[in-house]
Amino acid sequence: MSALPPGAGLDPAVARRATRLWLVVLAVIGALLVIRAIVGTEVGTGDAARTVHGFGMVFVEPSGQGFAEVPAAAWADAVAQDPAQQRITLSWPRTVGVWAAALLTLAVFSFLWRDNPFYKLAESIVVGVSAGYVMSVAAWDTLVPKLLGALAPGFTKAHLMPALDVTATDWWALVPLVLGMLLLCRLAQRTSWLGVFPLAFVVGTFSGWKFVQYVESDLLAQVATMFDPLWVPGDTLAATIGGTAGAVLILVGVLSVLAYFFFSLEHRGPLGGAAKVGIWYLMITFGASFGFTVMGRIALLAARCEFLFDRWLWLIDPAGNH
Amino acid sequence: MSRDPRLPSLADRLDRIDRRWIFLAMFLAVAVPILWVGVTGRTFPESPTPAVQGAFDAVESLPPGSKVAISMDFDPASAGELQPMATAIVRHCAMRGHSICAMTLWPAGGPIIDATLKDVLGARPEYRYGENFVSLGFQAGNEGVMKQVNADLSAAFPTDARRTPLADLPMMKGVRNIADFDLLVSVSAGYPGAKEWVQFTVSATLTSGKPLRFVAGSTGVQTPQLIPYYPTQMVGILGAIKGAAEYEYLVNDAVRRADPAASIPARFQEAQRRMAPQLFGHVLMIALILLGNAVFVARRARGASA
Amino acid sequence: MSRSMAVLLASLAGITMVLSKFIAPLGDAEVKVADWFNVLAAIAFVLGGANLLKMNLLAISARGPGWGYSAVTLCAFLVTLGAGILKVGVPPAAAFPAVPFSGEKDVNGSALWWLYEYAMSPITGTLFAMLAFYVASAAFRAFRAKNAAAMFLLATAFVVLLGRTYAGVLATSWIPHDNPWVSWLRLENLSAVIMSVFTNAGTRAMIIGIAIGVAATSLKIMLGLDRSYLGGAR
Repeated sequence: MSALPPGAGLDPAVARRATRLWLVVLAVIGALLVIRAIVGTEVGTGDAARTVHGFGMVFVEPSGQGFAEVPAAAWADAVAQDPAQQRITLSWPRTVGVWAAALLTLAVFSFLWRDNPFYKLAESIVVGVSAGYVMSVAAWDTLVPKLLGALAPGFTKAHLMPALDVTATDWWALVPLVLGMLLLCRLAQRTSWLGVFPLAFVVGTFSGWKFVQYVESDLLAQVATMFDPLWVPGDTLAATIGGTAGAVLILVGVLSVLAYFFFSLEHRGPLGGAAKVGIWYLMITFGASFGFTVMGRIALLAARCEFLFDRWLWLIDPAGNH
Repeated sequence: MSRDPRLPSLADRLDRIDRRWIFLAMFLAVAVPILWVGVTGRTFPESPTPAVQGAFDAVESLPPGSKVAISMDFDPASAGELQPMATAIVRHCAMRGHSICAMTLWPAGGPIIDATLKDVLGARPEYRYGENFVSLGFQAGNEGVMKQVNADLSAAFPTDARRTPLADLPMMKGVRNIADFDLLVSVSAGYPGAKEWVQFTVSATLTSGKPLRFVAGSTGVQTPQLIPYYPTQMVGILGAIKGAAEYEYLVNDAVRRADPAASIPARFQEAQRRMAPQLFGHVLMIALILLGNAVFVARRARGASA
Repeated sequence: MSRSMAVLLASLAGITMVLSKFIAPLGDAEVKVADWFNVLAAIAFVLGGANLLKMNLLAISARGPGWGYSAVTLCAFLVTLGAGILKVGVPPAAAFPAVPFSGEKDVNGSALWWLYEYAMSPITGTLFAMLAFYVASAAFRAFRAKNAAAMFLLATAFVVLLGRTYAGVLATSWIPHDNPWVSWLRLENLSAVIMSVFTNAGTRAMIIGIAIGVAATSLKIMLGLDRSYLGGAR
């Protein structure tokens, strides 16, 4: 966001002004949060309705081996019936979690103003947490049942996955184990050349799969659709003309776009004309793709705004969460 | 009196506008409708497109008790678009009494499956885990998992997400591979996802004796890439949040037709709520493009006349 | 020597996978190879985590600019990994109370679940949500209709942007919806036509072209003609 090139030092006066600005922004946000707390939220129904001077709270009740989240209204109703009840309580870990999520969300949004330590902190956290999460999932969901369970079924059933349905050792599992160890050799400079074998296995396997599936699904099946009838009768004359026109336009479009991407011959004469038509089709395709892309991005922003206004600030409650 | 050429014109000032003003405009275009819908509860009506209707009909036409495999191939980054789709599809299957087998090819998809199944099926006592719904969780390997489920589901998923062998789950009796399901649904954010399911699983069954019916739900970015597969290789597509809103509308309409007095819980109108910010966001985008081009034309004309 | 062996391995693996499609007895081999592939994919995640550990430790020991953030990343990684591998906060499964690790690793309420729900999920969601702002800024600054093709692209985008929302319904509500000769001009119908006809055709052609390209590249790899994936290995 800064107009200065990366690494360039800021003028001390500008840096002081930027720091003051950040402090003002934080103070304004803090003041707004205090006002929000003072205003409060009414939860509960009928006689149980009460004003809660807090927000972003999560209430739970025991469920199975853990807890299940319940709306704040349920807590208000329970307390109204029995002020000493302990069934529905405030969950501090989840409430702290909601606040942490909200502050991290704001930290990421702060990048829109300019790069800053809050954003960098959030970025660092997500990189670490994502890598740790993915590694944990891969370990428990794939490596334990399929590698450890195959090579040491007794140990795995006794200590890790008692329900795993394996009895005998599957020595074929040594193959991915060895390949995996070779892959991990890439971490060290001296042994990184050993990683070429698992890479070759992956690339070779993938190539074989892709060759068959792309030809079957994307080449043959798609070309086959071009032999669909061009005359598409419908219930009415308008439907027949519309369906037929659509089929013809699709055929013309596919052929003309293929002509555009055929670079082995110069685009002159009939090929050139077809390629020009293909360009128009591509413009429409990319225009539509742009429209859909915008739709997708805005939906993601709407979801985050909903989280901030609903689960954190309790300004709205469309899903009856509180 | 002619204008001093050294003074910046409106076009010049607009061309140099700090992009943070544009960010603020986008934020307001999304946040204000969110607040408005949250307070009023009003949503826009939807009219389903053929691709969404095809997806709806695919679930609706199955006899009750059919087995539906749902692959939730997305993570929290795309949940804003895809979670409403997943919820609506699971809800529709539950309304029809179908058995649901959920899985994911994305490492961060496991909790999404748990949350979706709990949210929709938790209030339905007729749905009991293992009997008419299961979660297979995540498996690493992308297309490798697809290759395995084509031949032997238990080779890909030796146990379900709760570490119960598939053979011990009543719902999975008689299910050897993916083709034994009556319908496959993929709610996908990218790779691996709907496209790979079409390539590696669905297309192979089309020439076999038992074609596997497939429905895709996808993000806005991916939807144009899936259009050519419809309707030969997939029977329906839910494209972006609009597709989710249309599908929600169809499901809620089916609920109301069955029981006119039924009230639709707000959490099952999530996509429809998000169409309000979509409207204003899209209008803002068009206005920005027009304004940007007007500035460009004005500056070019000024440059030509100078 | 190692390159030749690697190329041979790649060729054998690829050709076996192709033949398994057409020779039924090789189908079991394909399932087994897929299993190895999946385990290797999981080990690749371990490699990624280990590499993250290595790079951040190097950054911290070098005390370069921003090394504090590397420390944060490392802490977050180790805490999450520990919470996940050790199943912190996960009760044993009800059917196996004597086996501490028998519960689900990310059961609702566990430490890993908390980190997923309140750290990973909001940050990744917000990072992607930021794109809405950037696409708006790009729309103002970069989308210029400098020629007829670009104008056509933008016009299509406008139709789709309006047609996919209620704005399109309102804008062309004056066009009768029950007259099949003109109802397709309503924006919501026009955007559906654009998708089902023109986008369909354009994308189909690209899919066919890409399929031919992928088939050619895969063949070159299986025949050992393309060795670029080996990099500069000895």
